[in-house]
Amino acid sequence: MKEKLEAIKTSALAKLEAATDLDVLNEIKVEYLGKKGELTSVLKSMKEVLPEDRPKVGQMVNDVRNVIEEKLEEVRNSFAAKLREEKMKAEVIDVTLPARKPDIGHRHPNSIALDEMERFFVGMGYEIVEGPEVEYDYYNFEALNIPANHPAKDEQDTFYINGDILLRTQTSPCQVRVMESTKPPIRVIAPGRVFRSDEVDGTHSPCFHQVEGLVIDKNITFADLKGTLAEFAKELFGEDTKVKFRPHHFPFTEPSAEMDVTCFKCGGKGCRFCKGSGWIEILGCGMVHPKVLKMSGIDPDEYTGFAFGVGLERIALLKYEIDDMRLLYENDTRFLKQF
Amino acid sequence: MNTSLSWIKAYVPELECSAQEYADRMTLTGTKVEGYERLDKDLDKIIVGKINRIEKHPDADKLIVCQVQIDEEGTEIQIVTGAPNVKEGDVVPVVLDGGRVAGGHDGKLTEGGIKIKKGKLRGVESNGMMCSIEELGSSRDMYPDAPELGIYIFSDNPAYDGIRLGSSAISALGLDDVIFEYEITNNRVDCYSVIGIAREAAAAFNKTFVPPVIKETGNGEKASDYIDVEIKAPDLCKRYVGRVVKNIKLAPSPMWMQRRLASNGIRPINNLVDITNYIMEEYGQPMHAYDLDTIAGHKIIVRRAEEGEKFTTLDGAVHDVDGSILMICDAEKSVGIAGIMGGENSKITDGVKTMLFEAACFDGTNIRLSGKKLGMRTDAQAKFEKGLDPNTAMEAINRACQLIEELGAGEVVGGSVDVYPEPKKEWRVPFDWERTNRVLGTKIDKETMISYFRKIDLGYDEKKDEVIVPTWRQDVLSQADLDEEVARFFGYDKIPTTLPKGESTVGKMSYKLTVEKLARDVAERNGFSEAMSYSFESPKVFDRLMLPEDDKLRETVTIMNPLGKDFSVMRTLPLNGLLTSLSINYKRKNKAVKLYELAKVYLPKELPLKELPDERVQLVMGFYDCGDFYDMKGAVEDFLDEVGLCRNVKYEASAYSYLHPGRQADIICSGKKVGYLGELHPQAADNYEIGGRTYIAVIDMPVVTAMSSFDIKYKGIAKFPAVTRDLSMVVRKEITAGAIEETIIKSAGKLLESCTLFDIYEGSQIKEGFKSMAYSISFRANDRTLEDKDISPLMDKILAALGKMDIELRA
Repeated sequence: MKEKLEAIKTSALAKLEAATDLDVLNEIKVEYLGKKGELTSVLKSMKEVLPEDRPKVGQMVNDVRNVIEEKLEEVRNSFAAKLREEKMKAEVIDVTLPARKPDIGHRHPNSIALDEMERFFVGMGYEIVEGPEVEYDYYNFEALNIPANHPAKDEQDTFYINGDILLRTQTSPCQVRVMESTKPPIRVIAPGRVFRSDEVDGTHSPCFHQVEGLVIDKNITFADLKGTLAEFAKELFGEDTKVKFRPHHFPFTEPSAEMDVTCFKCGGKGCRFCKGSGWIEILGCGMVHPKVLKMSGIDPDEYTGFAFGVGLERIALLKYEIDDMRLLYENDTRFLKQF
Repeated sequence: MNTSLSWIKAYVPELECSAQEYADRMTLTGTKVEGYERLDKDLDKIIVGKINRIEKHPDADKLIVCQVQIDEEGTEIQIVTGAPNVKEGDVVPVVLDGGRVAGGHDGKLTEGGIKIKKGKLRGVESNGMMCSIEELGSSRDMYPDAPELGIYIFSDNPAYDGIRLGSSAISALGLDDVIFEYEITNNRVDCYSVIGIAREAAAAFNKTFVPPVIKETGNGEKASDYIDVEIKAPDLCKRYVGRVVKNIKLAPSPMWMQRRLASNGIRPINNLVDITNYIMEEYGQPMHAYDLDTIAGHKIIVRRAEEGEKFTTLDGAVHDVDGSILMICDAEKSVGIAGIMGGENSKITDGVKTMLFEAACFDGTNIRLSGKKLGMRTDAQAKFEKGLDPNTAMEAINRACQLIEELGAGEVVGGSVDVYPEPKKEWRVPFDWERTNRVLGTKIDKETMISYFRKIDLGYDEKKDEVIVPTWRQDVLSQADLDEEVARFFGYDKIPTTLPKGESTVGKMSYKLTVEKLARDVAERNGFSEAMSYSFESPKVFDRLMLPEDDKLRETVTIMNPLGKDFSVMRTLPLNGLLTSLSINYKRKNKAVKLYELAKVYLPKELPLKELPDERVQLVMGFYDCGDFYDMKGAVEDFLDEVGLCRNVKYEASAYSYLHPGRQADIICSGKKVGYLGELHPQAADNYEIGGRTYIAVIDMPVVTAMSSFDIKYKGIAKFPAVTRDLSMVVRKEITAGAIEETIIKSAGKLLESCTLFDIYEGSQIKEGFKSMAYSISFRANDRTLEDKDISPLMDKILAALGKMDIELRA
């Protein structure tokens, strides 16, 4: 009996070793392990075995069965692996074919620049506020220390709706509105659309955007203004950016300044972009005029503050090297898709 | 405002600096230099030479061969020229071999100049070139003594007597100078003059300011015997000074004056005109000269024009003047428009014998408005507009008379007629030096601050701690102005750099802006790119959108002084900008374009406007050739979902004139209209010349913002399986899916989880006027697995309800 089982085992294993495909494997399985298979027939002939030997023989049959089954499994796995291998070989693709991207829209360069500024100032504890675009003459001029008939009113080429109401020429009226309604400390930026009667060309638009900033508190200094805007310039144009403050005049700040940043194209050496000077003018700023504080109900003896105004389009044009302002309002998708 | 460096140096003799140093320092102390130009930037190796001999060129009729002496020692070089105007003995500018000139004799300039090398002209050696004024980069306008054609000849002008051969011709012509262009801010009226800028330059470089010394002028006569002045409009004329000059001798002005005028871009004419212009540049004070013999009654009256008056200015133009315009008149007639231009009837002509010089101070605002009204823009007007210091008038007119005497242009009559009802005096500003440090964040000592003030002629009263402000500094009125004076001379760059201290504040964005930002995000992830368009547009937009004549949206906030009709009304609809942009893209053949804008509309509360209009931000989305109604609806619902409003969205019939009548709807959330969407009406698409099928959606952000909710609560994931039943039906075409769903939801009860349309068909297998629809209806309970006996009664109810709608169920 034992010899018979050994013979079955040896012949089964040999056949399995030699098997070349799954069909053969199944035939071998039926031949040895099937209902009419060789092992089954050994079990069927158990009655010829002495009763006391039967458990031992049964054990032997099971051992042989396990060995065959294990081998069967092993061969089957190696077939599967081989098959998968072949399948994958047939599935080689050209990874350099074009990518399929989700069809996502693009943000306007103005908005991208504004988002960046807002992130910076919110991080510095500023609140973002808004004011009306159709505004009273009072807020746009008078409350900003620009009295009637002041030449500054002409220079700004104001669009009027009627004698008292106009399209704001600057976001500065937001300063007044915030000061009227808020107790210091005040830290706000007010982005928004402004209007001036400029004919449309490569560098002018009758409708553009500014971002106004205002800080009012006890002991706010010109040094604080410089520090804040220097950080801002680094955020916007890179860590190596240097700033320069030049005296200037705005009716609603005193002292006033304009801020230049080192040309981000040549790093300050001078190039065509910065017209050889190494510097690019980006914003106007100053200490809020005590008269303006007073008119807005803030005691200039107790509080001081600074304000600044940035032209959003100017930043966007500079940052992205856009050479014609009209592109910003044409909305050609070949332009928008670059941002 | 322009000045030459040499003119500034005339008043700041110690000034020694390069052009760049000057530009930088002036800019950093508040007198911004916009740019500068060296007149000799393209000139090199140009000396004074003398033509000793001229011979004919052997082989060319139009050329001559000159032996030119180029130093005092007698060195000669040979130069061949075609110039028609030279003769032996002429002293001329000569560019030597290897030198450069600025351009051709036709006046065309060459960037970087033209290099001159020795060579042969028709076989004869030539070792340089004699120059015309144009080749030196200038023009006959600026050098009236230059000949019309040919070489500039020093020896024709007695001003150059004694000029040394071999010396620099560039210096002799005053071309070794730099012209600076300044941007003067409108508060610094004093800096619209050479004197004012020189004062700043002296302070900036810590040098002594040496203004011209004005001597007493005039003969033994009295001006008041020649002229009488009366101001009838003292509100518009603060001061009028008149002086008289007789025995006038018109002649060219001296070279130094011509050069200074030319450097400021003013063409020299004759001594009288030049002196007037010179004073206007030097002191910023415009002056006018009248032929005294034309002044009736020898009387000047300053008064408002008469209504309906017509006046002819010296340029021959006729103007209608009215009571708002200030005139200079004599006893009988008007002789000039004050501060703007003199009259033809009193202008100086070649035969002038006696002249009245006027230096006055007019109200800046009035001059500005008058100039606007008359459509005139003169140099004098530009100066007066700023609001001049009346005290300058006397100084300026005396300086002018001094120049008349120095130049021998006439005999100045002694004294002046000065009408100055309210003389302007210097004022005092209390100064708190510690406050200056507090505002600037500096630690500057008091003495240093006071030394800054003294540099610019601001006085200081130590006892009272008051700054005494001279009348030309009308911008210095308060402590803040003094802070700025300290800051600019201390140096903005030396002020420390700090960040604000004190109570911290919360950085935040308003809820409104947060929702708007979300709208951008959603629009972009749905494939729309952000557009921006103007807030004002043409009233024709309403016709293009086929808005009914009486539509409320035709009531607009209208600009009184627009750039043109096309930019005259503030938009009440957000569509035009977007459709125009889509149209631009379509015409440029950009395919499948999707744009959105967060556009403000401006809705007047009443007309005419008494209070500010309602400014509403609207999200407008639009696309052509890349989807249909349901794609747009998907983008809309994605946004509504994001702001917590999608659960209750309904679509109701709408009738927008610019949308396809069968493909549009109002978007309703919880009973409130939040916007609309639809296909652009084919006529509107034609009006905008968009060829593709265009869909748009508009969402009113204030309504959405008010209703939005970001309150998300987790509901457990279902533990028990859902039971699903499919329902197939044949429905009359006009019954909407919305109506069917509403019926199913109403009759199914709480166990209903969802009902989803999975098939819709119209066509040959279905009878005319009907459509087949199939829904998958799903039920679920949280606490058990549903059985048939739970579902069957619900399905029966649904079927019954649908049956009432005349819906035929199919097996």
